[in-house]
Amino acid sequence: MSLDPATVRRIAKLARLHLEDADVPRLQSELNGILGWIEQLNEVDVTGIEPLAGAADMAMRLRDDAITDGNMQEAVLSNAPDRAGAFYAVPKVVE
Amino acid sequence: MSLTDLPLSAARDGLRRGDFTSLELVDAHLDAIEALNPRLNAFITVTADQARDEARKADAARARGADGALLGLPLAIKDLFCTAGVRTTAGSKILAPFVPPYESTVTANLRRDGAVFVGKTNLDEFAMGSSNMTSAFGPVTSPWTTSDNRRLVPGGSSGGSAAAVSARLCLGATGTDTGGSIRQPASFTGIVGAKPTYGRCSRWGVVAFASSLDHPGPFARTVEDAAVLLGSMAGFDPKDSTSADQKVPDFAAACRQSVRGLRIGVPKEYRSDDMPPEIDALWQQGLEWLRAAGAETVEVSLPHTKYGLAAYYIVAPAEASSNLARYDGIRFGQRRDGVDLDDLYERTRAEGFGPEVRRRIMIGTYVLSAGYYDAYYLRAQKLRALILKDFTDAFRSVDALLTPTAPSAAFAQGENMDDPIKMYLNDVFTVPANMAGIPGISVPAGLDKAGLPLGLQVLSRPFDEATGFAVAAVLESAAGFDTLPPLRAGAAG
Repeated sequence: MSLDPATVRRIAKLARLHLEDADVPRLQSELNGILGWIEQLNEVDVTGIEPLAGAADMAMRLRDDAITDGNMQEAVLSNAPDRAGAFYAVPKVVE
Repeated sequence: MSLTDLPLSAARDGLRRGDFTSLELVDAHLDAIEALNPRLNAFITVTADQARDEARKADAARARGADGALLGLPLAIKDLFCTAGVRTTAGSKILAPFVPPYESTVTANLRRDGAVFVGKTNLDEFAMGSSNMTSAFGPVTSPWTTSDNRRLVPGGSSGGSAAAVSARLCLGATGTDTGGSIRQPASFTGIVGAKPTYGRCSRWGVVAFASSLDHPGPFARTVEDAAVLLGSMAGFDPKDSTSADQKVPDFAAACRQSVRGLRIGVPKEYRSDDMPPEIDALWQQGLEWLRAAGAETVEVSLPHTKYGLAAYYIVAPAEASSNLARYDGIRFGQRRDGVDLDDLYERTRAEGFGPEVRRRIMIGTYVLSAGYYDAYYLRAQKLRALILKDFTDAFRSVDALLTPTAPSAAFAQGENMDDPIKMYLNDVFTVPANMAGIPGISVPAGLDKAGLPLGLQVLSRPFDEATGFAVAAVLESAAGFDTLPPLRAGAAG
């Protein structure tokens, strides 16, 4: 599978990465290089193999549905690039 | 003898005897940082005032009879661990203004035992790299040099931590290892680096790269010092859903265990025709040292080794593209305004992330996208199952595996930059342990013909770091590696 310029632009859009037209050819060639190298995995017969999401051989733990912390509005907002009072501020999205 | 010449355990003994104070010890290391960091760029942030305060408190606590395992000892922290009130950048522009209001579990554990933090170390951006060349805060220069005086990389991604320990700017440091990011820089800089079992050290408060592969771990100058640090960093943490509820053994005691009667596996797939002869020779020497200590060495097969890297370069970018979706310029980090909200996201991310991070986000987004998930991501997860099975099968007949840590010694800054795959190949011997979640430790074992350090890697069963430390300690003692880098505290200004 080889990526065309339109696919490169579509992936950038999905990933919310601004892409200048001039950057498309270089990125296309780098990504195709990496994906081409990854194709070697097709040599392996994986029929009947259960996929492994993580190495930890453990079941997800459950905990009581109880509040463990809170009341730290200032700490939460302390890194906001822009805020209005107790809120994060963003450009207007509703006309 | 300067205080920066002491390894961690010796410094701790000196403090206990009252030979010197923590403030004197910390000051000696801060002076070395001031002298050498302009050349090494190992630290992004130096917390000198805070370190002196903590050292004074440690001295006062000791005077009252306290004696934590790390009381008053200066350590450096990879700038991927959140430290409350101290800027944490992940080596990225997008987090340049970020000051976490909370402390990672691993650094909180080190503080609990009395450690003093001298600063936050440089790294490849979001820990994505094998050279430390991708940091938004400039590359780290290795304290090691060749006779033609080229600037070398310290390896990556934890290159700042490795350079700082190697140059004696601190007694030990934290790192994270997602595909080799502790073991490869340890090998490149002639120090010890340990990646424990997945789940042994909490990931809570560590900036995420690839959550199922990220492992916090220590750097130190000796195997026993690495064991002491890991003992402090490790432990069950309810705040990390993959943290292992397992007792932490006495790793330092394990370093004094005999290896007599242990069976050491030699994975035949790790040998290749293009392996530099001196690395192969060192590997054979390592096996000889272990036989001399009473271990038995046997060839084993890990048939899916050659697919480890390619599978990794699907799994890691896939997880990274999901994890890094949080950097939207809204809640924290750097923002770049746009004409609307989507434009703000896109420009914030394009400007805040460097080229390697953007590349990996793109690959990850593609392999997870509709229509390609089965062909790439699902297939890679099946390969991951086969790689784990290779290790599980091997560990039925052997107690540990011995391999070289990296396929080469440190390379020059700028080398391997033209082709991402060339850079990725650095991790060929380290990545399989991340895919399988098994512990690995790199021990400095010799020099190549240019005089640069080479490491050997010991892999052991899940939650059996103890055997890894025992084998590593035998290698360390047999190798007697005592060469020092030209750039180090007190040696070059």
